Amino acid sequence: MLYNKKVMDYFRNPENQGRIENADGIGKVGNPVCGDVMVIYLKIDDETIRDVKFETFGCVAAIATSSMAAEMLKGKKVEEALKITNQAVEESLEGLPPAKRHCSLLAEEGIQAAIHDYLKKKGG
Amino acid sequence: MKTIYLDHNATTPMDKRVLDFIYPYLTDEFYNPSSIHLPGQQVREEIEKSRKKILELLEGENYNLYFTSGGTEADNFAIQGAAYGNQKKGRHIICSSIEHHAVIDTCKALEKDGFEVTYLSTGSDGVVNLDDLKQSIRKDTILVTVMHANNETGVIQPVEEIARFCREKGIIFHTDAVQTAGKIPLSLKKIGADLVVISSHKFYGPKAAGALLVRKGTRIFPLFHGGSQEKNLRPGTENTPGIIGMARALEIAVSEMETEGIRQKELRDRLEEGILNLIPDVQVNGSREKRVPGTLNVSIKYVEGEALLMYLSDEGIAASSGSACSSSSLEPSHVLLSMGIAHEIAHGSIRFSLGKMNGEEDVEAVLKILPEVVKKLRRFSPFGKDKEEFGENVYAHTH
Repeated sequence: MLYNKKVMDYFRNPENQGRIENADGIGKVGNPVCGDVMVIYLKIDDETIRDVKFETFGCVAAIATSSMAAEMLKGKKVEEALKITNQAVEESLEGLPPAKRHCSLLAEEGIQAAIHDYLKKKGG
Repeated sequence: MKTIYLDHNATTPMDKRVLDFIYPYLTDEFYNPSSIHLPGQQVREEIEKSRKKILELLEGENYNLYFTSGGTEADNFAIQGAAYGNQKKGRHIICSSIEHHAVIDTCKALEKDGFEVTYLSTGSDGVVNLDDLKQSIRKDTILVTVMHANNETGVIQPVEEIARFCREKGIIFHTDAVQTAGKIPLSLKKIGADLVVISSHKFYGPKAAGALLVRKGTRIFPLFHGGSQEKNLRPGTENTPGIIGMARALEIAVSEMETEGIRQKELRDRLEEGILNLIPDVQVNGSREKRVPGTLNVSIKYVEGEALLMYLSDEGIAASSGSACSSSSLEPSHVLLSMGIAHEIAHGSIRFSLGKMNGEEDVEAVLKILPEVVKKLRRFSPFGKDKEEFGENVYAHTH
């Protein structure tokens, strides 16, 4: 099989999918030309991520990593969330096919972009 | 769960009549056709009967037929064989950019060996433009390769005109007819190409059997060395079950071609119409007029093909996105890109290719399931909502 059971579970039943109106941080990464775009929405209160939603245009791995990233973010302190790496996302999914590793990178970039958006908004 | 198989351009199941026909040659009639003894010579006779039958079915009295291990080998044999066999005349090749990888990658390999290749893109209808071809001809052009019908879109190419033009210029013309043999009329006499390739498993014959048909007088070199089989051009002990199975399968396919063609076209058209009516923001890729009967290629905006195929697979529907051979690569279909289709639209392409076991119920099942699957994936997608198209969105692009 191309994907393991865990990846397929997260692809088939993704949670936290959708948008947050008036989100405190939004991260948009990827490019439709490359076939994957991820948008992460964060609701942050007291430096803690209270809610996460994502929207993804992409393959099985892109949807599964988005869903996993959202799950990993929920409840985390902003500082901790910044330390989530693509390897951590991939390990939580028990591995991705080599050709699809870049999808986990997209998740890491999405997290970084959303948090930096939050920090920018807060600072400004 | 029953599989609704809509991927016949990838491969077809062997017809039971073909299996019955080849069974003795897998077991009792196992002899080597190159042997002098009587049972060996009887097998030889069956192989020669098969060769004659295929040439008759394809109206190729002026052609030699060389059996190969399939379409990929036959394409390699044709292109490398013609290139190396005629390189004293020149080293320029013209190849359409919608060819199967068996053709394109062979041309790319020849480029590394000093040949020059011009790749011709198509119009948005997926058809190679004859004038573009004429303008690409050089004094040192030795070979033109344009497929009979494309595997992804089903679009039929103007091979007769191309063959006529190449003949006038003294240039060898190769056409990959893997997607047309057994599906639409394929007359070598009428088309007039110098090199034609067919593959058995695309028309309900056994896998690992194909053929290169060579117009008499066309100079080609062999790929392999090692024996006198196939007039020294394709050595190796013959794949008897594959060869006689291919001939029998083609005979059946040709006899059923007309009724099957009409039936599959009706089903395909109903599927196409249903998809266009039920799902917003979809487009049919390639000419809707010049197509083989059972193929439908559509792009579903705002979703990605692999995700779509996987949800369909969960519901028992087996389809394909672009070419099955490239499904592990990240680039969208080279065929759709060559037609000028935007990357993000090409990423959402899906191909349904019907076959003789499909019926109305299969079309109905797709029309019930596909809109739901699309709706689910579009809910995940950041695009297509609030009239927000792919548009001019700018994203951090880091990979």
